[in-house]
Amino acid sequence: MKSANKKAPYFFISPAIILLLVFSILPIFIALFISFTDLSLAGLADWSRVNFIGIDNYKNILADPIFIKAAGNTIYYVVIGVPLVVIISLGLAILINVGDGRFFSFMRLVFYSPSITNIVAVSVVWTFLYNPNIAIGLFNQILDLVGIAPVSWLLDPAVAKLSLIILALWRGTGINMLIFLAALQGIPPEYYEAAELDGASKWNQLRYITVPMLKFSIFFVSVTTIIGWLQFFEEPFVMTEGGPLNSTTSISLFLYRNGFQLNEFGYAAAGSLILFVVIIIITLFQLRGQLKNNENEM
Amino acid sequence: MNSYKKAQKRNKVIVGVILIIGGIIAVTPFIWMMLSSFKTNAEIVSMESGLLPKEWTFQNFIDLFEKMNFGVYLKNTLIITAFSFGGMFLNAMAGYGFAKYRFKGRNSLFIMILATMMIPGQVTMIPVYLILNNLGLTNTLAGIVLPGLVGAYGIFLFRQFMSTISDELLEAARLDGASEFYIFTRIIIPLSKPILAVQGILTFIAGWNSFMWPLIIANDEKYYTLSVGLQLLQGQYGNNYALQMAGATFMVVPIIIIFLTFQKYILQGFNVSGLK
Repeated sequence: MKSANKKAPYFFISPAIILLLVFSILPIFIALFISFTDLSLAGLADWSRVNFIGIDNYKNILADPIFIKAAGNTIYYVVIGVPLVVIISLGLAILINVGDGRFFSFMRLVFYSPSITNIVAVSVVWTFLYNPNIAIGLFNQILDLVGIAPVSWLLDPAVAKLSLIILALWRGTGINMLIFLAALQGIPPEYYEAAELDGASKWNQLRYITVPMLKFSIFFVSVTTIIGWLQFFEEPFVMTEGGPLNSTTSISLFLYRNGFQLNEFGYAAAGSLILFVVIIIITLFQLRGQLKNNENEM
Repeated sequence: MNSYKKAQKRNKVIVGVILIIGGIIAVTPFIWMMLSSFKTNAEIVSMESGLLPKEWTFQNFIDLFEKMNFGVYLKNTLIITAFSFGGMFLNAMAGYGFAKYRFKGRNSLFIMILATMMIPGQVTMIPVYLILNNLGLTNTLAGIVLPGLVGAYGIFLFRQFMSTISDELLEAARLDGASEFYIFTRIIIPLSKPILAVQGILTFIAGWNSFMWPLIIANDEKYYTLSVGLQLLQGQYGNNYALQMAGATFMVVPIIIIFLTFQKYILQGFNVSGLK
Protein backbone atom coordinates (compact mmCIF):
# COMPACT_ATOMS: atom_id res chain seq x y z
CA MET A 1 0.00 0.00 0.00
CA LYS A 2 2.94 2.33 0.64
CA SER A 3 3.42 3.12 -3.04
CA ALA A 4 -0.09 4.51 -3.34
CA ASN A 5 -0.40 8.25 -3.75
CA LYS A 6 -1.33 9.87 -0.44
CA LYS A 7 -3.97 12.08 -1.97
CA ALA A 8 -5.58 9.31 -4.00
CA PRO A 9 -8.04 8.00 -1.38
CA TYR A 10 -9.38 11.49 -0.76
CA PHE A 11 -9.90 11.95 -4.47
CA PHE A 12 -12.04 8.79 -4.54
CA ILE A 13 -14.12 9.42 -1.45
CA SER A 14 -14.56 13.20 -1.50
CA PRO A 15 -17.48 13.49 -4.00
CA ALA A 16 -19.60 11.08 -1.96
CA ILE A 17 -18.50 12.55 1.37
CA ILE A 18 -19.29 16.11 0.28
CA LEU A 19 -22.74 15.13 -0.99
CA LEU A 20 -23.53 13.22 2.19
CA LEU A 21 -22.31 16.10 4.34
CA VAL A 22 -24.48 18.61 2.48
CA PHE A 23 -27.62 16.48 2.10
CA SER A 24 -27.58 14.24 5.19
CA ILE A 25 -25.40 15.59 8.01
CA LEU A 26 -25.77 19.35 7.62
CA PRO A 27 -29.60 19.05 7.37
CA ILE A 28 -29.78 17.62 10.89
CA PHE A 29 -28.17 20.74 12.31
CA ILE A 30 -30.35 22.97 10.14
CA ALA A 31 -33.44 21.06 11.31
CA LEU A 32 -32.37 21.51 14.91
CA PHE A 33 -31.77 25.22 14.37
CA ILE A 34 -35.02 26.00 12.57
CA SER A 35 -37.07 23.93 15.01
CA PHE A 36 -36.47 26.77 17.50
CA THR A 37 -37.68 29.42 15.04
CA ASP A 38 -40.99 30.38 13.44
CA LEU A 39 -39.54 30.01 9.91
CA SER A 40 -42.29 29.90 7.28
CA LEU A 41 -42.66 30.95 3.66
CA ALA A 42 -42.58 34.63 4.66
CA GLY A 43 -39.30 34.10 6.50
CA LEU A 44 -37.80 32.37 3.51
CA ALA A 45 -38.16 35.53 1.45
CA ASP A 46 -37.01 37.85 4.21
CA TRP A 47 -34.79 36.38 6.92
CA SER A 48 -35.27 39.36 9.22
CA ARG A 49 -38.81 38.13 9.81
CA VAL A 50 -37.61 34.90 11.38
CA ASN A 51 -37.77 34.88 15.17
CA PHE A 52 -36.37 32.61 17.82
CA ILE A 53 -39.26 31.18 19.75
CA GLY A 54 -37.44 28.72 22.00
CA ILE A 55 -39.23 25.45 22.50
CA ASP A 56 -42.66 26.78 21.52
CA ASN A 57 -42.81 24.57 18.41
CA TYR A 58 -42.23 21.48 20.54
CA LYS A 59 -44.81 22.56 23.10
CA ASN A 60 -47.40 23.34 20.43
CA ILE A 61 -46.86 20.20 18.43
CA LEU A 62 -47.23 17.94 21.47
CA ALA A 63 -50.54 19.68 22.18
CA ASP A 64 -51.70 19.59 18.53
CA PRO A 65 -54.69 17.21 18.35
CA ILE A 66 -53.85 16.24 14.76
CA PHE A 67 -50.26 15.39 15.71
CA ILE A 68 -51.52 13.25 18.58
CA LYS A 69 -53.98 11.57 16.23
CA ALA A 70 -51.20 10.98 13.69
CA ALA A 71 -48.92 9.55 16.39
CA GLY A 72 -51.74 7.22 17.51
CA ASN A 73 -52.32 6.10 13.91
CA THR A 74 -48.61 5.51 13.42
CA ILE A 75 -48.45 3.38 16.57
CA TYR A 76 -51.46 1.44 15.25
CA TYR A 77 -49.65 0.84 11.94
CA VAL A 78 -46.54 -0.39 13.77
CA VAL A 79 -48.36 -2.61 16.29
CA ILE A 80 -50.61 -4.29 13.70
CA GLY A 81 -48.34 -4.10 10.67
CA VAL A 82 -44.95 -5.22 11.96
CA PRO A 83 -45.95 -8.61 13.44
CA LEU A 84 -47.98 -9.38 10.32
CA VAL A 85 -45.05 -8.59 8.03
CA VAL A 86 -42.68 -10.76 10.07
CA ILE A 87 -45.09 -13.72 10.35
CA ILE A 88 -46.26 -13.69 6.73
CA SER A 89 -42.82 -13.22 5.20
CA LEU A 90 -41.31 -15.89 7.46
CA GLY A 91 -44.20 -18.24 6.68
CA LEU A 92 -43.78 -17.73 2.95
CA ALA A 93 -40.02 -18.26 3.21
CA ILE A 94 -40.51 -21.54 5.09
CA LEU A 95 -43.06 -22.76 2.54
CA ILE A 96 -40.87 -21.83 -0.42
CA ASN A 97 -37.87 -23.45 1.23
CA VAL A 98 -39.70 -26.83 1.22
CA GLY A 99 -38.78 -27.45 -2.40
CA ASP A 100 -35.98 -26.41 -4.70
CA GLY A 101 -37.46 -27.04 -8.14
CA ARG A 102 -38.45 -24.54 -10.81
CA PHE A 103 -41.89 -24.09 -9.29
CA PHE A 104 -40.51 -22.93 -5.96
CA SER A 105 -38.03 -20.46 -7.45
CA PHE A 106 -40.80 -19.11 -9.64
CA MET A 107 -43.04 -18.56 -6.61
CA ARG A 108 -40.18 -16.64 -5.02
CA LEU A 109 -40.30 -14.19 -7.93
CA VAL A 110 -44.08 -13.95 -7.74
CA PHE A 111 -44.06 -12.91 -4.09
CA TYR A 112 -41.12 -10.55 -4.54
CA SER A 113 -42.55 -8.70 -7.54
CA PRO A 114 -44.87 -6.33 -5.59
CA SER A 115 -41.81 -4.96 -3.72
CA ILE A 116 -40.16 -3.45 -6.77
CA THR A 117 -43.17 -1.77 -8.29
CA ASN A 118 -43.84 1.94 -8.08
CA ILE A 119 -45.69 2.89 -4.93
CA VAL A 120 -47.78 5.58 -6.62
CA ALA A 121 -48.86 3.23 -9.40
CA VAL A 122 -49.68 0.55 -6.85
CA SER A 123 -51.66 3.01 -4.70
CA VAL A 124 -53.66 4.12 -7.73
CA VAL A 125 -54.40 0.48 -8.60
CA TRP A 126 -55.46 -0.38 -5.05
CA THR A 127 -57.66 2.70 -4.77
CA PHE A 128 -59.44 1.27 -7.80
CA LEU A 129 -59.64 -2.22 -6.27
CA TYR A 130 -61.00 -0.71 -3.04
CA ASN A 131 -63.70 1.32 -4.84
CA PRO A 132 -66.87 0.85 -2.77
CA ASN A 133 -69.10 0.89 -5.87
CA ILE A 134 -69.91 -2.72 -6.59
CA ALA A 135 -69.76 -2.11 -10.35
CA ILE A 136 -66.21 -0.75 -10.13
CA GLY A 137 -64.25 -2.13 -7.17
CA LEU A 138 -62.93 -5.67 -7.59
CA PHE A 139 -62.84 -6.49 -3.88
CA ASN A 140 -66.49 -5.68 -3.35
CA GLN A 141 -67.34 -7.63 -6.50
CA ILE A 142 -65.59 -10.68 -5.02
CA LEU A 143 -67.33 -10.18 -1.66
CA ASP A 144 -70.62 -9.91 -3.53
CA LEU A 145 -69.98 -13.25 -5.23
CA VAL A 146 -69.80 -14.97 -1.83
CA GLY A 147 -72.75 -12.98 -0.54
CA ILE A 148 -71.00 -10.47 1.74
CA ALA A 149 -72.22 -6.87 1.84
CA PRO A 150 -69.88 -4.27 0.27
CA VAL A 151 -67.23 -2.72 2.53
CA SER A 152 -66.33 0.99 2.51
CA TRP A 153 -62.62 0.20 2.37
CA LEU A 154 -61.17 3.68 2.31
CA LEU A 155 -64.18 5.73 3.38
CA ASP A 156 -64.87 4.25 6.80
CA PRO A 157 -62.47 5.62 9.45
CA ALA A 158 -62.39 2.28 11.26
CA VAL A 159 -61.59 0.25 8.12
CA ALA A 160 -59.36 2.68 6.21
CA LYS A 161 -56.26 2.06 8.35
CA LEU A 162 -56.61 -1.70 7.89
CA SER A 163 -57.07 -1.25 4.14
CA LEU A 164 -53.77 0.64 3.97
CA ILE A 165 -52.08 -2.03 6.09
CA ILE A 166 -53.29 -4.77 3.72
CA LEU A 167 -51.75 -2.92 0.78
CA ALA A 168 -48.48 -2.34 2.63
CA LEU A 169 -48.36 -6.03 3.59
CA TRP A 170 -48.87 -7.07 0.00
CA ARG A 171 -46.03 -4.80 -1.01
CA GLY A 172 -43.67 -5.32 1.92
CA THR A 173 -43.50 -9.05 2.48
CA GLY A 174 -41.48 -9.94 -0.63
CA ILE A 175 -38.20 -8.36 0.32
CA ASN A 176 -38.31 -9.69 3.89
CA MET A 177 -39.20 -13.13 2.56
CA LEU A 178 -35.94 -13.09 0.59
CA ILE A 179 -33.96 -12.16 3.70
CA PHE A 180 -35.54 -15.06 5.61
CA LEU A 181 -34.99 -17.40 2.69
CA ALA A 182 -31.27 -16.59 2.58
CA ALA A 183 -31.09 -17.27 6.32
CA LEU A 184 -33.05 -20.54 6.07
CA GLN A 185 -30.65 -21.81 3.44
CA GLY A 186 -27.83 -21.20 5.88
CA ILE A 187 -29.19 -23.72 8.43
CA PRO A 188 -27.26 -27.02 8.12
CA PRO A 189 -29.67 -29.76 6.91
CA GLU A 190 -28.07 -32.18 9.42
CA TYR A 191 -30.01 -30.48 12.22
CA TYR A 192 -33.32 -31.45 10.64
CA GLU A 193 -32.09 -34.94 9.76
CA ALA A 194 -31.10 -35.56 13.38
CA ALA A 195 -34.43 -34.19 14.64
CA GLU A 196 -36.27 -36.36 12.11
CA LEU A 197 -34.43 -39.47 13.41
CA ASP A 198 -35.39 -38.55 16.95
CA GLY A 199 -39.00 -38.38 15.82
CA ALA A 200 -39.46 -34.63 16.32
CA SER A 201 -42.64 -33.29 14.71
CA LYS A 202 -42.48 -30.61 12.00
CA TRP A 203 -43.91 -28.10 14.46
CA ASN A 204 -41.21 -28.85 17.03
CA GLN A 205 -38.53 -28.63 14.34
CA LEU A 206 -39.85 -25.20 13.46
CA ARG A 207 -40.05 -24.16 17.11
CA TYR A 208 -36.70 -25.50 18.31
CA ILE A 209 -34.48 -25.34 15.22
CA THR A 210 -35.76 -22.89 12.63
CA VAL A 211 -36.88 -19.98 14.79
CA PRO A 212 -33.81 -19.96 17.10
CA MET A 213 -31.46 -20.21 14.09
CA LEU A 214 -33.22 -17.26 12.47
CA LYS A 215 -33.00 -15.01 15.51
CA PHE A 216 -30.74 -12.48 13.85
CA SER A 217 -32.82 -12.21 10.68
CA ILE A 218 -36.02 -11.87 12.69
CA PHE A 219 -34.35 -9.09 14.67
CA PHE A 220 -33.10 -7.39 11.52
CA VAL A 221 -36.45 -7.61 9.74
CA SER A 222 -38.33 -6.33 12.81
CA VAL A 223 -36.09 -3.30 13.23
CA THR A 224 -36.14 -2.31 9.57
CA THR A 225 -39.90 -2.89 9.36
CA ILE A 226 -40.62 -0.82 12.47
CA ILE A 227 -38.51 2.03 11.08
CA GLY A 228 -40.30 1.68 7.74
CA TRP A 229 -43.77 1.79 9.31
CA LEU A 230 -42.81 4.77 11.48
CA GLN A 231 -42.14 6.58 8.21
CA PHE A 232 -45.31 5.34 6.47
CA PHE A 233 -46.14 8.02 3.89
CA GLU A 234 -46.93 7.28 0.25
CA GLU A 235 -49.93 5.01 0.73
CA PRO A 236 -51.99 7.44 2.84
CA PHE A 237 -50.73 10.36 0.76
CA VAL A 238 -51.91 8.96 -2.57
CA MET A 239 -54.91 6.91 -1.45
CA THR A 240 -56.67 8.81 1.33
CA GLU A 241 -54.78 12.09 1.83
CA GLY A 242 -54.94 11.15 5.50
CA GLY A 243 -58.71 10.96 5.62
CA PRO A 244 -61.42 10.22 6.43
CA LEU A 245 -61.23 12.58 9.44
CA ASN A 246 -57.45 12.12 9.69
CA SER A 247 -57.98 8.46 10.54
CA THR A 248 -55.10 7.43 8.25
CA THR A 249 -52.79 10.44 8.74
CA SER A 250 -49.34 9.18 9.69
CA ILE A 251 -46.65 11.27 11.33
CA SER A 252 -44.79 11.55 8.04
CA LEU A 253 -47.89 12.76 6.24
CA PHE A 254 -48.52 15.25 9.04
CA LEU A 255 -44.95 16.56 8.66
CA TYR A 256 -45.20 16.78 4.88
CA ARG A 257 -48.46 18.69 5.13
CA ASN A 258 -47.10 21.19 7.65
CA GLY A 259 -43.81 21.55 5.83
CA PHE A 260 -44.78 21.74 2.19
CA GLN A 261 -48.48 22.54 2.05
CA LEU A 262 -48.75 24.95 5.01
CA ASN A 263 -45.06 25.98 4.75
CA GLU A 264 -44.62 25.89 8.53
CA PHE A 265 -40.97 24.84 8.25
CA GLY A 266 -40.01 25.39 11.89
CA TYR A 267 -43.04 23.53 13.21
CA ALA A 268 -42.53 20.57 10.87
CA ALA A 269 -38.80 20.42 11.69
CA ALA A 270 -39.63 20.13 15.39
CA GLY A 271 -42.00 17.26 14.62
CA SER A 272 -39.42 15.50 12.47
CA LEU A 273 -36.84 15.64 15.27
CA ILE A 274 -39.34 14.10 17.69
CA LEU A 275 -39.81 11.25 15.18
CA PHE A 276 -36.03 10.92 14.83
CA VAL A 277 -35.54 10.61 18.60
CA VAL A 278 -38.29 7.97 18.78
CA ILE A 279 -36.61 5.97 15.99
CA ILE A 280 -33.22 6.14 17.74
CA ILE A 281 -34.70 5.10 21.11
CA ILE A 282 -36.57 2.12 19.60
CA THR A 283 -33.50 0.99 17.68
CA LEU A 284 -31.21 1.21 20.71
CA PHE A 285 -33.79 -0.52 22.88
CA GLN A 286 -34.05 -3.42 20.46
CA LEU A 287 -30.31 -3.59 19.99
CA ARG A 288 -29.89 -3.90 23.76
CA GLY A 289 -32.52 -6.62 23.90
CA GLN A 290 -30.71 -8.48 21.16
CA LEU A 291 -27.33 -8.22 22.91
CA LYS A 292 -28.83 -9.37 26.22
CA ASN A 293 -30.41 -12.32 24.46
CA ASN A 294 -27.05 -13.36 23.08
CA GLU A 295 -25.40 -13.11 26.51
CA ASN A 296 -28.01 -15.41 28.05
CA GLU A 297 -27.17 -18.05 25.51
CA MET A 298 -23.46 -18.09 26.25
CA MET B 1 -38.68 -45.25 4.06
CA ASN B 2 -41.20 -45.58 1.25
CA SER B 3 -44.06 -44.22 3.33
CA TYR B 4 -41.75 -41.44 4.53
CA LYS B 5 -41.07 -40.45 0.94
CA LYS B 6 -44.76 -40.56 0.16
CA ALA B 7 -45.48 -38.26 3.11
CA GLN B 8 -42.73 -35.92 1.86
CA LYS B 9 -44.32 -35.86 -1.58
CA ARG B 10 -47.76 -35.21 -0.11
CA ASN B 11 -46.39 -32.33 2.00
CA LYS B 12 -44.84 -30.78 -1.09
CA VAL B 13 -48.14 -30.91 -2.92
CA ILE B 14 -50.00 -29.26 -0.01
CA VAL B 15 -47.34 -26.55 0.22
CA GLY B 16 -47.52 -26.09 -3.54
CA VAL B 17 -51.27 -25.56 -3.40
CA ILE B 18 -50.97 -23.00 -0.59
CA LEU B 19 -48.27 -21.16 -2.53
CA ILE B 20 -50.35 -21.10 -5.71
CA ILE B 21 -53.30 -19.60 -3.83
CA GLY B 22 -51.00 -17.01 -2.24
CA GLY B 23 -49.38 -16.34 -5.61
CA ILE B 24 -52.73 -15.71 -7.26
CA ILE B 25 -53.56 -13.20 -4.53
CA ALA B 26 -50.16 -11.55 -5.05
CA VAL B 27 -50.53 -11.09 -8.81
CA THR B 28 -54.27 -10.30 -8.97
CA PRO B 29 -53.77 -6.52 -8.63
CA PHE B 30 -51.31 -6.58 -11.55
CA ILE B 31 -53.54 -8.71 -13.78
CA TRP B 32 -56.60 -6.61 -12.98
CA MET B 33 -54.64 -3.42 -13.64
CA MET B 34 -53.44 -4.62 -17.05
CA LEU B 35 -56.82 -6.00 -18.15
CA SER B 36 -58.60 -2.81 -17.04
CA SER B 37 -56.15 -0.65 -18.98
CA PHE B 38 -57.42 -2.22 -22.22
CA LYS B 39 -61.09 -1.66 -21.36
CA THR B 40 -63.06 1.49 -22.06
CA ASN B 41 -63.97 3.45 -18.96
CA ALA B 42 -67.64 3.01 -19.84
CA GLU B 43 -67.15 -0.74 -19.63
CA ILE B 44 -65.37 -0.53 -16.26
CA VAL B 45 -68.15 1.47 -14.60
CA SER B 46 -70.94 -0.62 -16.11
CA MET B 47 -72.41 -3.48 -14.10
CA GLU B 48 -71.67 -6.03 -16.82
CA SER B 49 -67.88 -5.76 -16.86
CA GLY B 50 -66.20 -9.14 -16.79
CA LEU B 51 -62.61 -10.25 -16.34
CA LEU B 52 -61.52 -9.77 -19.95
CA PRO B 53 -62.20 -6.58 -21.93
CA LYS B 54 -65.18 -6.99 -24.27
CA GLU B 55 -63.39 -4.88 -26.83
CA TRP B 56 -59.63 -4.39 -26.52
CA THR B 57 -58.67 -0.75 -26.86
CA PHE B 58 -55.34 1.11 -26.92
CA GLN B 59 -57.04 4.47 -26.62
CA ASN B 60 -56.15 4.80 -22.91
CA PHE B 61 -52.45 4.57 -23.66
CA ILE B 62 -52.78 7.09 -26.49
CA ASP B 63 -54.65 9.42 -24.11
CA LEU B 64 -51.74 9.28 -21.64
CA PHE B 65 -49.65 11.10 -24.23
CA GLU B 66 -52.38 13.28 -25.69
CA LYS B 67 -54.49 14.31 -22.69
CA MET B 68 -51.59 14.18 -20.23
CA ASN B 69 -47.91 14.95 -20.84
CA PHE B 70 -46.62 11.44 -20.28
CA GLY B 71 -44.01 12.00 -22.98
CA VAL B 72 -42.46 14.79 -20.89
CA TYR B 73 -42.73 12.76 -17.67
CA LEU B 74 -41.06 9.80 -19.36
CA LYS B 75 -38.19 11.97 -20.62
CA ASN B 76 -37.64 13.48 -17.14
CA THR B 77 -37.75 10.07 -15.51
CA LEU B 78 -35.15 8.75 -17.93
CA ILE B 79 -32.89 11.77 -17.39
CA ILE B 80 -33.13 11.33 -13.61
CA THR B 81 -32.40 7.64 -13.95
CA ALA B 82 -29.35 8.40 -16.12
CA PHE B 83 -28.03 10.79 -13.47
CA SER B 84 -28.55 8.16 -10.78
CA PHE B 85 -26.07 6.01 -12.66
CA GLY B 86 -23.57 8.84 -12.23
CA GLY B 87 -24.36 8.64 -8.53
CA MET B 88 -23.73 4.91 -8.59
CA PHE B 89 -20.28 5.61 -10.07
CA LEU B 90 -19.54 8.02 -7.19
CA ASN B 91 -20.67 5.31 -4.73
CA ALA B 92 -18.31 2.86 -6.41
CA MET B 93 -15.43 5.35 -6.18
CA ALA B 94 -16.07 5.92 -2.49
CA GLY B 95 -16.40 2.19 -1.87
CA TYR B 96 -13.05 1.66 -3.57
CA GLY B 97 -11.40 4.44 -1.55
CA PHE B 98 -12.53 2.82 1.70
CA ALA B 99 -11.75 -0.72 0.58
CA LYS B 100 -8.26 -0.31 -0.80
CA TYR B 101 -6.48 2.58 0.90
CA ARG B 102 -5.29 3.21 4.44
CA PHE B 103 -5.57 6.88 5.27
CA LYS B 104 -6.09 9.24 8.13
CA GLY B 105 -9.71 9.43 9.26
CA ARG B 106 -10.73 6.34 7.32
CA ASN B 107 -12.65 4.62 10.09
CA SER B 108 -14.37 7.67 11.46
CA LEU B 109 -15.44 8.81 7.99
CA PHE B 110 -16.81 5.36 7.22
CA ILE B 111 -18.77 5.26 10.47
CA MET B 112 -20.15 8.68 9.64
CA ILE B 113 -21.33 7.35 6.29
CA LEU B 114 -23.01 4.35 7.90
CA ALA B 115 -24.64 6.62 10.48
CA THR B 116 -26.40 8.55 7.72
CA MET B 117 -28.48 5.43 7.07
CA MET B 118 -30.16 6.01 10.44
CA ILE B 119 -31.41 9.49 9.54
CA PRO B 120 -35.06 9.40 8.50
CA GLY B 121 -36.00 11.22 5.32
CA GLN B 122 -38.52 13.35 7.22
CA VAL B 123 -35.74 15.07 9.16
CA THR B 124 -33.65 16.00 6.12
CA MET B 125 -36.62 16.81 3.87
CA ILE B 126 -37.19 20.41 4.95
CA PRO B 127 -33.54 21.43 5.47
CA VAL B 128 -32.57 19.96 2.09
CA TYR B 129 -35.39 21.93 0.51
CA LEU B 130 -34.05 25.09 2.18
CA ILE B 131 -30.49 24.33 1.01
CA LEU B 132 -31.64 23.74 -2.56
CA ASN B 133 -33.74 26.88 -2.37
CA ASN B 134 -30.68 28.90 -1.30
CA LEU B 135 -28.67 27.41 -4.15
CA GLY B 136 -31.46 28.35 -6.55
CA LEU B 137 -32.01 24.72 -7.46
CA THR B 138 -35.71 24.34 -6.65
CA ASN B 139 -37.73 23.58 -9.74
CA THR B 140 -34.71 22.22 -11.63
CA LEU B 141 -33.74 18.70 -12.58
CA ALA B 142 -30.44 19.13 -10.72
CA GLY B 143 -32.39 19.82 -7.53
CA ILE B 144 -34.36 16.63 -7.98
CA VAL B 145 -31.27 14.51 -8.60
CA LEU B 146 -28.68 15.86 -6.14
CA PRO B 147 -30.16 14.91 -2.73
CA GLY B 148 -30.27 11.18 -3.49
CA LEU B 149 -27.24 10.96 -5.73
CA VAL B 150 -25.05 8.98 -3.33
CA GLY B 151 -26.14 6.64 -0.58
CA ALA B 152 -24.51 4.93 2.36
CA TYR B 153 -25.91 1.51 1.55
CA GLY B 154 -24.46 1.54 -1.95
CA ILE B 155 -21.06 2.69 -0.69
CA PHE B 156 -21.12 -0.05 1.94
CA LEU B 157 -21.90 -2.79 -0.60
CA PHE B 158 -19.19 -1.58 -3.00
CA ARG B 159 -16.66 -1.52 -0.17
CA GLN B 160 -17.59 -5.04 0.91
CA PHE B 161 -17.16 -6.36 -2.59
CA MET B 162 -13.99 -4.46 -3.48
CA SER B 163 -12.13 -5.51 -0.32
CA THR B 164 -12.06 -9.02 -1.79
CA ILE B 165 -9.99 -7.89 -4.81
CA SER B 166 -6.33 -8.82 -4.33
CA ASP B 167 -3.83 -6.09 -3.44
CA GLU B 168 -1.05 -7.68 -5.50
CA LEU B 169 -2.94 -6.92 -8.68
CA LEU B 170 -3.07 -3.24 -7.81
CA GLU B 171 0.61 -3.20 -6.74
CA ALA B 172 1.62 -4.76 -10.04
CA ALA B 173 -0.33 -2.14 -11.97
CA ARG B 174 1.30 0.63 -9.92
CA LEU B 175 4.77 -0.76 -10.66
CA ASP B 176 3.85 -0.59 -14.33
CA GLY B 177 3.19 3.11 -13.84
CA ALA B 178 -0.61 3.07 -13.96
CA SER B 179 -2.32 6.06 -12.38
CA GLU B 180 -4.74 5.54 -9.50
CA PHE B 181 -7.75 6.55 -11.59
CA TYR B 182 -6.61 4.27 -14.41
CA ILE B 183 -6.41 1.38 -11.95
CA PHE B 184 -9.93 2.14 -10.78
CA THR B 185 -11.54 2.37 -14.21
CA ARG B 186 -9.53 -0.36 -15.97
CA ILE B 187 -9.01 -2.95 -13.24
CA ILE B 188 -11.43 -2.44 -10.38
CA ILE B 189 -14.56 -1.65 -12.42
CA PRO B 190 -14.23 -4.68 -14.74
CA LEU B 191 -13.62 -6.94 -11.73
CA SER B 192 -16.69 -5.56 -9.96
CA LYS B 193 -19.21 -6.66 -12.57
CA PRO B 194 -21.36 -8.75 -10.19
CA ILE B 195 -21.89 -5.92 -7.71
CA LEU B 196 -22.30 -3.40 -10.53
CA ALA B 197 -25.06 -5.55 -12.00
CA VAL B 198 -26.95 -5.65 -8.70
CA GLN B 199 -26.45 -1.96 -7.99
CA GLY B 200 -27.25 -1.02 -11.58
CA ILE B 201 -30.63 -2.73 -11.50
CA LEU B 202 -31.50 -1.32 -8.08
CA THR B 203 -30.41 2.14 -9.27
CA PHE B 204 -32.64 1.85 -12.31
CA ILE B 205 -35.63 0.76 -10.24
CA ALA B 206 -35.09 3.54 -7.69
CA GLY B 207 -34.70 6.19 -10.42
CA TRP B 208 -37.75 4.98 -12.32
CA ASN B 209 -39.85 4.99 -9.14
CA SER B 210 -38.54 8.28 -7.69
CA PHE B 211 -41.43 10.25 -6.22
CA MET B 212 -40.62 12.25 -3.10
CA TRP B 213 -38.00 14.72 -4.40
CA PRO B 214 -39.66 15.32 -7.76
CA LEU B 215 -42.88 16.02 -5.82
CA ILE B 216 -41.23 18.52 -3.49
CA ILE B 217 -38.79 20.20 -5.88
CA ALA B 218 -40.76 20.33 -9.15
CA ASN B 219 -43.38 23.09 -9.12
CA ASP B 220 -43.55 23.13 -12.87
CA GLU B 221 -45.16 20.31 -14.81
CA LYS B 222 -42.24 20.27 -17.23
CA TYR B 223 -40.09 18.69 -14.50
CA TYR B 224 -42.61 16.09 -13.34
CA THR B 225 -41.61 12.45 -13.32
CA LEU B 226 -43.92 9.55 -14.16
CA SER B 227 -44.82 9.01 -10.48
CA VAL B 228 -45.75 12.63 -9.92
CA GLY B 229 -47.59 12.72 -13.24
CA LEU B 230 -49.57 9.64 -12.30
CA GLN B 231 -50.55 11.22 -9.01
CA LEU B 232 -51.65 14.31 -10.94
CA LEU B 233 -53.64 12.10 -13.31
CA GLN B 234 -55.47 10.55 -10.38
CA GLY B 235 -56.44 14.03 -9.24
CA GLN B 236 -57.49 15.30 -12.67
CA TYR B 237 -59.22 12.19 -13.98
CA GLY B 238 -60.50 10.73 -10.72
CA ASN B 239 -63.38 8.93 -12.39
CA ASN B 240 -61.52 7.70 -15.45
CA TYR B 241 -60.33 4.39 -14.05
CA ALA B 242 -59.31 3.05 -17.45
CA LEU B 243 -56.91 5.97 -17.96
CA GLN B 244 -55.53 5.57 -14.42
CA MET B 245 -54.89 1.87 -14.98
CA ALA B 246 -53.16 2.64 -18.29
CA GLY B 247 -50.87 5.08 -16.46
CA ALA B 248 -50.14 2.52 -13.75
CA THR B 249 -49.50 -0.20 -16.32
CA PHE B 250 -47.14 2.12 -18.18
CA MET B 251 -45.11 2.52 -14.96
CA VAL B 252 -45.23 -1.01 -13.62
CA VAL B 253 -44.78 -3.23 -16.66
CA PRO B 254 -41.28 -2.02 -17.70
CA ILE B 255 -40.03 -2.64 -14.16
CA ILE B 256 -41.51 -6.13 -14.08
CA ILE B 257 -39.89 -6.96 -17.43
CA ILE B 258 -36.51 -5.68 -16.22
CA PHE B 259 -36.94 -7.55 -12.97
CA LEU B 260 -37.76 -10.86 -14.67
CA THR B 261 -34.86 -10.41 -17.10
CA PHE B 262 -32.27 -9.66 -14.43
CA GLN B 263 -33.80 -11.44 -11.44
CA LYS B 264 -30.75 -13.70 -11.11
CA TYR B 265 -28.56 -10.69 -10.25
CA ILE B 266 -31.08 -9.09 -7.91
CA LEU B 267 -31.49 -12.26 -5.89
CA GLN B 268 -27.71 -12.76 -5.80
CA GLY B 269 -27.45 -9.27 -4.35
CA PHE B 270 -28.91 -10.58 -1.14
CA ASN B 271 -25.97 -12.90 -0.76
CA VAL B 272 -23.42 -10.19 -1.62
CA SER B 273 -24.78 -8.05 1.18
CA GLY B 274 -23.88 -10.89 3.53
CA LEU B 275 -27.28 -10.95 5.20
CA LYS B 276 -27.38 -14.57 6.21
